[in-house]
Amino acid sequence: MSVRGPSLTERGPGLEERGPGPVPVTLSVNGAERELEIEPRVSLLDALREHLDLTGPKKGCDQGACGACTVWVDGRRVLACLTLALSCEGREVTTIEGLAGPDGELHPMQRAFIAQDAFQCGYCTPGQIMSAVALTAEGHTRDDDEIKEWMSGNLCRCAAYPHIRAAVRAVRDGT
Amino acid sequence: MRLITYSRAADAAGAITTVSSDPTSDFLAGGTTEIDLLRQNVLTPRRLVDINALPLTGVEQAPDGGLRIGALARMSEVAASPLVRERFPVIAEALESGASPQLRNMASMGGNLMQRVRCPYYRDTASPCNRREPGTGCSAVEGFSRGHAVLGTSEHCIATHPSDVAVALAALDARVHTHGSRGEQTYSIDDFFLTPGHTPHREHPLEHGELITAIEVPSSPVARRSLYLKVRDRESYEFALVSAACALSLVDGTIADVRLALGGVATKPWRAHRAEGVLLGAEAGRESFTEAARVELADARPTANNAFKTGLAQRVIVRALETLTANGRTS
Ligand SMILES: Cc1cc2nc3c(=O)[nH]c(=O)nc-3n(C[C@H](O)[C@H](O)[C@H](O)COP(=O)(O)OP(=O)(O)OC[C@H]3O[C@@H](n4cnc5c(N)ncnc54)[C@H](O)[C@@H]3O)c2cc1C
Ligand code: FES
Ligand code: FES
Repeated sequence: MSVRGPSLTERGPGLEERGPGPVPVTLSVNGAERELEIEPRVSLLDALREHLDLTGPKKGCDQGACGACTVWVDGRRVLACLTLALSCEGREVTTIEGLAGPDGELHPMQRAFIAQDAFQCGYCTPGQIMSAVALTAEGHTRDDDEIKEWMSGNLCRCAAYPHIRAAVRAVRDGT
Repeated sequence: MRLITYSRAADAAGAITTVSSDPTSDFLAGGTTEIDLLRQNVLTPRRLVDINALPLTGVEQAPDGGLRIGALARMSEVAASPLVRERFPVIAEALESGASPQLRNMASMGGNLMQRVRCPYYRDTASPCNRREPGTGCSAVEGFSRGHAVLGTSEHCIATHPSDVAVALAALDARVHTHGSRGEQTYSIDDFFLTPGHTPHREHPLEHGELITAIEVPSSPVARRSLYLKVRDRESYEFALVSAACALSLVDGTIADVRLALGGVATKPWRAHRAEGVLLGAEAGRESFTEAARVELADARPTANNAFKTGLAQRVIVRALETLTANGRTS
């Protein structure tokens, strides 16, 4: 529920002001246009999880410190917890749910994570995979040190790091 | 999280007029500071004005051979720019040592300069903090202060400035261009960051609604041989305990030009003028490096928790200089 105090409905000059109550928004997520009504304060992460039932992106810290919420906006990996959903209008959002092919065939990185046993509890895994695919496209997979550094934005409390690196190497080497 | 309203600015004038005339509004760039602190109730804007559609991007060579970086260029874009990597490696290294790849894809250069301190008491609204609530006192002075500053502190605040790239920009005499209700302004990087003194809540000289449009780095041939050395509690995705941005050139073993700035130890990106004074014209070597480091930290005021920083900063300075003067790194 939104509360409309006097100070909240007062409009400044100039730009159109939306909210603070729910406003209609169209988001393009995993190739489909999705319409929703959300308050401007809603993060992309909450919009995905609470409004669009895309619970792949996880909420670890909600402060940019863990990477569990990693998704792509216009093909670049970002943190959904520090992104406002409204700021993604007109952009393409991709979550882990959008990685598999139309026939449901898993992305090579998803298959590599399974083959290499690259998780234990799995909570960090959607974020790890979204980062790992981006990292491969960015070309930061030269050696383990480079993979480590460029995967450092994704923490794993189960410390599956060596196996995550093995999965990234496997995709890099096509093995 | 508090309720907010949202506006998207189509041009700089609209953004500036809107935010200047409404003290309860803030600019929104990458959001990595603004949304984080809004959620913590540390920043309390009523309205966010999204500036991401403004044409303030790009990393270009300036006519004088320097660098012009748009305020909305992302940290990752600036770090990847071939121009920056070749001419100003210290900037690329400082950027890539900061935050994480995801955050660097989001975070803008203007937002980076405006980021707030990471002092845990500033982020915790239950604690007194002069920076967040002027006059309430500084919890860190007698509290947990392992990460806090030893230079540029006052009894009112000892928080370190957290930016890495600002340290590189301080070493290279960058200028910050803004546009506000007073028109266009240019600040030297040294004037842009304020030490806390009696007014820790004033972090920079900008008025509310003044928009950073670009960062300019003057041409500096010495920057071609430069580095950023960052020491921290974990290897990556962590703020600096101590860092050094350093550029240096030698002629026959003598230091012909040098730039040095420190991060993690001071309340603002700290240009090491005293150390530079010792180094300039001196013979490059352990003796002059150690003396320069000693002189720079001579006024350090450590707390009970962070005395290690005084020594660590000196070792970081010496190591940065030794690395730069080792084979191949200097011309
Ligand atoms: C987990 C984590 C780790 C981090 N680690 C590091 C690190 O190691 N090193 C480092 O340097 N930084 C680090 N950061 C900080 C990060 O670099 C900054 O949050 C980021 O650069 C801010 O840019 P932004 O575009 O996201 O700004 P926003 O959050 O959008 O804005 C920040 C502030 O600046 C104002 N603002 C934005 N743009 C302008 C403009 N053009 N003109 C005037 N005002 C403006 C906003 O109103 C707001 O108050 C880290 C952040 C997080 C969350
Ligand atoms: S939930 Fe977004 S970084 Fe942790
Ligand atoms: S698998 Fe458990 S947190 Fe990574």
